[in-house]
Amino acid sequence: MNKEVVLVSDAVETNLPDSVKDKKTSLSKKKYKPEKQTFKQLLERNRESGGYLFRKTFGKWAFSIGRGLLLFGFCFLILQPLLNKISISIMAETDLYDGTVNSIPRNFTLDHYRLTAQLMDYKNALFKTFGISLAVAFFQVAACTFVGYGFARFKFPFKKFWFACVMMMILVPPQTILSSLYLHFSFFDVLGIIKLVSGKPINLLNNPTPYLLMSATCMGLKNGLYIYMIRQFFRGVPKDIEEAAYVDGCGKFKTFWRIMLPDARAIITSCFLFSFVWQWTDSLFTSLFMRDMRLLSSSVNSIAGTLRDYFQNTYGRDTVPTPGLSNQMVATGMLMFIVPLILLYLIAQKGFVESISQSGIKM
Amino acid sequence: MLKKLRNLDFAGKNAIAGYLFISPFIIGFLVFMVAPILESIRMSLSEVNLNLTESKYAMVFNNFTNYNKVFRVDPVFNRLLTDELIKMVYTVPAIIVFSFFVALILNQKFKLRGFVRSVFFLPVILSAGVMLGLEVDNSLLQDMQQLIAESNAATSRITGVIERLLLTGGFFDSFLYYIIEIVNGIYNIALTSGLQIIIFLSGLQTISPSMYEASKIEGATAWESFWKITFPMISSLILVNMVYSVIDYFVRSDNQVMQRITDTIGKGDYGFSSAMAWSYFIIVIAVVGVLAAIISRRVYYYE
Repeated sequence: MNKEVVLVSDAVETNLPDSVKDKKTSLSKKKYKPEKQTFKQLLERNRESGGYLFRKTFGKWAFSIGRGLLLFGFCFLILQPLLNKISISIMAETDLYDGTVNSIPRNFTLDHYRLTAQLMDYKNALFKTFGISLAVAFFQVAACTFVGYGFARFKFPFKKFWFACVMMMILVPPQTILSSLYLHFSFFDVLGIIKLVSGKPINLLNNPTPYLLMSATCMGLKNGLYIYMIRQFFRGVPKDIEEAAYVDGCGKFKTFWRIMLPDARAIITSCFLFSFVWQWTDSLFTSLFMRDMRLLSSSVNSIAGTLRDYFQNTYGRDTVPTPGLSNQMVATGMLMFIVPLILLYLIAQKGFVESISQSGIKM
Repeated sequence: MLKKLRNLDFAGKNAIAGYLFISPFIIGFLVFMVAPILESIRMSLSEVNLNLTESKYAMVFNNFTNYNKVFRVDPVFNRLLTDELIKMVYTVPAIIVFSFFVALILNQKFKLRGFVRSVFFLPVILSAGVMLGLEVDNSLLQDMQQLIAESNAATSRITGVIERLLLTGGFFDSFLYYIIEIVNGIYNIALTSGLQIIIFLSGLQTISPSMYEASKIEGATAWESFWKITFPMISSLILVNMVYSVIDYFVRSDNQVMQRITDTIGKGDYGFSSAMAWSYFIIVIAVVGVLAAIISRRVYYYE
């Protein structure tokens, strides 16, 4: 409350001649800085304001303390499983059964990381996953940018119909068409041509090609959402810029490429991030199209099974890993799985919210 | 032909450019969406026989046998569906309220705001795809904990104690049960509301501060300006978030109906699984349509 008053007086001061200014600042400092007052004066002021000063100040304090507690609680709620996994993954198995060890390990070990890396073939899988996610995200975002721009800026017949199709794409869960897609690609053929040449339709499963094709034509995971977001962004850009470009003799594509695209960098980046992250963690299409490629998402999914196989191969047929150990391995695997994403997120998160708020998502 | 194109008027050129721009979508939609959708509808109406040696599959039309199986023969589908619908009815509003509330707080100024924001958006990563399945699968330790918790009855959790105190067998028990359910599931709610928080926050940032200033000068309290300014201005985003949350809820891979559908695909029963998927999809569309119709009447558009 006092702050505002000071601010106002500051604004006034700047317009005053120097001599007056000096006097004024010294005066205002004396009058408005509450910490220089004695407690008695403060009480006096409170009495003058009819108790308003204290009520307001304590209300503010209570509010920010309450808010801090609440936020701390929620943050803890979200981070706790992560922290828990970290602590599980670095403790020796004996610590799990030790009642006196809670979350800080007594016997620190990195064996789980070593074993997990070995079981998941981490380096290789990381490299492959990174490549595929990058390619998929690139194709998806490139295609969606074109389409979003087309929907935002051009008038053409049946536009509403096609946009309804985009909406439908958001609505139809991929699982609905999963089985027919599966059959479609395992007996892939275009109008019987391939069958004529090679005798039988080709099996495109276990091969990233079909999914890259789908990505390049906006049919990947949640692509309807990206189209929608990019369209909303382009609709918000003033039309005058484009018209000026047209008047100066810039073609349609060149206008898009040189004028509109640089503007949309933020929203495109965030779509790219979404796409990258969701591809990285996707199990649906990955397990359908790239089952044998041993990407991170599938190997982290099956790590408990891999561990069991490993135990049976090394220690004999009847040995099984203890539930505690397999739990530790799952936790370690998950951590190793999301660490690259979290790093990426930390680098990119600053521009993240701003770019989405630019798009001003509205219906 | 080319000459004809060159002589087109502005609108015609525009139309062609527009179609060129959206052509990836049209191709993809026709090849990867319409074809599988038609095929999957056909599948749902017939019996699918896989013939792996000759690498082809045959379909025999069998009327509505599959649908009959879904609704009248299959013992679990109806139960799972009603379970999920009921759960949706209280989960989605909880998600909306939670994310709106969090967005309101995150929109204020305080120390460490950047950090807190990034923590709240972390679930966008943490709850995506395979992570969710793992979180559910990783239940061994949870089971053990639950066993311990159950062994010393309802006194080990705070909500358990409250539950015992409040559930007295009266009329309000069923409501209370749901409220307790929500409170217990707050982690899942926080985990699923990452994107919703971002959307609300972006909406809050577009409200011009001059409105609040004007209302403050007119003597409105914070409470009043919340209901008269913030709420109406954000109402369109409530609709967006509601629709998104409902769809997200139904399509999540940890949804029981979804799990059942993917399980059946894994068993190779394609006809039955497509029939299940289509019945489910139509029900979801109906729910979303009804919700959108109800809410969009109350949405206020500021232009």
